[in-house]
Amino acid sequence: MTIDETPRGPGSGGESHRMGRPRTTARDLERYAGLFARRTQGMKSSAMRDLMAITARPEVISLAGGLPDTSSFPAEDVAALMSRVAADASARALQYGPTEGMDELKSCIVRVMAEEGMDVGEDDLLVTTGGQQVIDLVCKTLIDPGDVIVAEGPTYPGAVPTFAAYEADVVQIEMDANGMRIDVLEEMLQRLDHEGRTPKFIYTVPTFQNPAGVTMGLDRRRRLVRLAAERELLVLEDNPYGLLRYEGDPLPPLYALDGGEYVVYLGTFSKILSPGLRLGWTAAPRPVLEKLNLGKQGADLCSSTFGQHFVIEYFARRDWRDLLGSLRELYRRRRDTMLDALAEHFPREAQWTRPGGGLFIWATLPDYIDTTDLLARALREQVAFVPGRAAYLDGRGGSAMRLNFSGAGEEDLREGVARIGKVVNEQVRLYSTLTGTAPAAPHEPVATAPAADGARVVPLRRRAG
Amino acid sequence: MSRVAVLAGGQSLERQVSLRSGARVRDALERLGHEVVAIDAGPDLVDRLADTRPEVAFVALHGREGEDGTVQEILELVGIPYTASGPSACMRCMDKVLAKHVLRDAGLPTPEFYAFSQSAFEALGAARALPAIEERLEFPIVVKPAAQGSALGVRFAPTAAEVPAAIVAAFSYDTKVVLERHVAGRELAISVLDGPAGPEALPVVEAIPRGGDYDFEARYEIGRTEFVCPAELDDETTQRAQAIALEAYRVLGCYGFARIDLILDAVDGEPTVLEANAIPGLTETSLLPQAAEAAGISFAAFVERVLDLALARTPT
Repeated sequence: MTIDETPRGPGSGGESHRMGRPRTTARDLERYAGLFARRTQGMKSSAMRDLMAITARPEVISLAGGLPDTSSFPAEDVAALMSRVAADASARALQYGPTEGMDELKSCIVRVMAEEGMDVGEDDLLVTTGGQQVIDLVCKTLIDPGDVIVAEGPTYPGAVPTFAAYEADVVQIEMDANGMRIDVLEEMLQRLDHEGRTPKFIYTVPTFQNPAGVTMGLDRRRRLVRLAAERELLVLEDNPYGLLRYEGDPLPPLYALDGGEYVVYLGTFSKILSPGLRLGWTAAPRPVLEKLNLGKQGADLCSSTFGQHFVIEYFARRDWRDLLGSLRELYRRRRDTMLDALAEHFPREAQWTRPGGGLFIWATLPDYIDTTDLLARALREQVAFVPGRAAYLDGRGGSAMRLNFSGAGEEDLREGVARIGKVVNEQVRLYSTLTGTAPAAPHEPVATAPAADGARVVPLRRRAG
Repeated sequence: MSRVAVLAGGQSLERQVSLRSGARVRDALERLGHEVVAIDAGPDLVDRLADTRPEVAFVALHGREGEDGTVQEILELVGIPYTASGPSACMRCMDKVLAKHVLRDAGLPTPEFYAFSQSAFEALGAARALPAIEERLEFPIVVKPAAQGSALGVRFAPTAAEVPAAIVAAFSYDTKVVLERHVAGRELAISVLDGPAGPEALPVVEAIPRGGDYDFEARYEIGRTEFVCPAELDDETTQRAQAIALEAYRVLGCYGFARIDLILDAVDGEPTVLEANAIPGLTETSLLPQAAEAAGISFAAFVERVLDLALARTPT
């Protein structure tokens, strides 16, 4: 019961040689705190974030990030494209651009969306600073304090601080191997009706969901789109991973099914080209798009013109699908490696999803294991993951974890999973000892094939707080 | 004016807090006109100390390695005077079990407890003793890792069913856990600062959670806890709590400064010691600087005094 008096928050990181220079006393802090907007109370910092800061140490194998493998992009290619931008369009690339984005870039976006069967007009697009900005702008446009957002449970951890900053009341709908449970969604909407509340939008990552790795089935996609139309609700379809498919046939995005009536689409160049460019986009119904545009003007006037020129150049000079193809190949192998390692090293009591694409696997441990605490133990073994609680706003997810397989090499993936497996097994054994129950028998030795048995694809169980 | 190494960061779970403590100390030292060398305590610590040859080191590390005596041993070895407690006091404070034994042996109040290592459960069947322990301590029982400096891994087990998971969680942070009787009451922190006339207890800080228990979330959400300094206590209680804190500081062998955390038992009104922090937080909002300020000691004056004490200490 230590008294931990230290608020955690921005500015607390950094190496010692570039430590910040605080000029404040406790009284000063109080003075600033009095100036903070009420919504900042929702901007929570946490012990988990301090733990996550340690995962950045070079000796830690981090399965915590969501990083694409940027080394696949040849450096000489970057140099050549950059030089071209400098030589051909220096003055324009260094200048402000239109808020909605450059026309040439929009035509690239039309091509990317067509690849997934979406027919979109350039006038329906707004170029943004990463896909993340779309989430922010949609909240800025739609959410008054207390308004309801419906999201998946678990949801994209990066959306959590955005929802919290706009003081939204987030309702999370459980998922199973086929994504969001639409029947549960319907029940929830009815319950909200009784309370006289209507959600402003439904946030979903239907394809290779972050963090759960599951994909919404076609029937559910149709039902969701129909539901949105019947109830005149917006759906924010976040689709960063749709093109990172490693097996099976693609499913139509919600945007294609709905024809852009109630679906606001979020796309990004981060996973098919580079997150460092900070370029994403949204396709939205015209009245919504106009407000999003105004919101963006206030946020940053326009997204990086230099970055936009780079992408335009890239699409003009290269076949963008080549890089995508090599990324798919790379990530498929890494996914298989992680699935093999999980089958080999995780105990019988654990379950995990088997994603057909994307970057993440979601593992669920017995409910007596708290993955935030487990992370502290794992860090002693120099390995990190994202504790499941980061994907919920309601305290659920305490026994789950998100594992990323795109950002580490195969050897590190095997070693990282082995280390996590070691500490999980240790806790399973310990709990058995404490309760006098026997742990489940270990897995059969694993052959080279991935754990393809459908039984291991988990329904994402709802857990009590 | 001296060349001072500020040791901060490190590898512990409290790295972020330590970086902030270190930044503030560094700032104060620079304003006092000292030459400051910032060292992030990592594998190159000994080399960095050899290269920079500081006259004295200010240890602003929290948690494992920094607060448990490891870094202090190294500083002794390379012969650089350093701030705050020596290795043995650090070890006693960092290990809550050891600290509680020392306190109990000295007749100081601390909640009843039992401690177990992981091997006690695995190899010696200590789990069989849990029902007896639960009967002795009564619910809710506090379960915590022996050596974790923040609230991480601390659980309240309201019933026997919750005890095993709480123990598993605590073992995430250390190989030894403490099961402790839960004492309900006001949470007090008393910082002790050495001076020319020996150690003195600074004004009492009370942590008041805003709504609900002083639980995990209360510790990590800004604004969930209010700190009052000096705490609103009658003179007799204040003096009694300060006397216990001073005595705890003494029997644990602390030097320079430390912070003793106590509970004022709601039942009998008596202060009881929960733990001692050999290197408490020194950030803008930390309790020791607040208490020092309440006593009319600015942060700069605190830093200067602690540095003088480090230089004055006879090598052990």
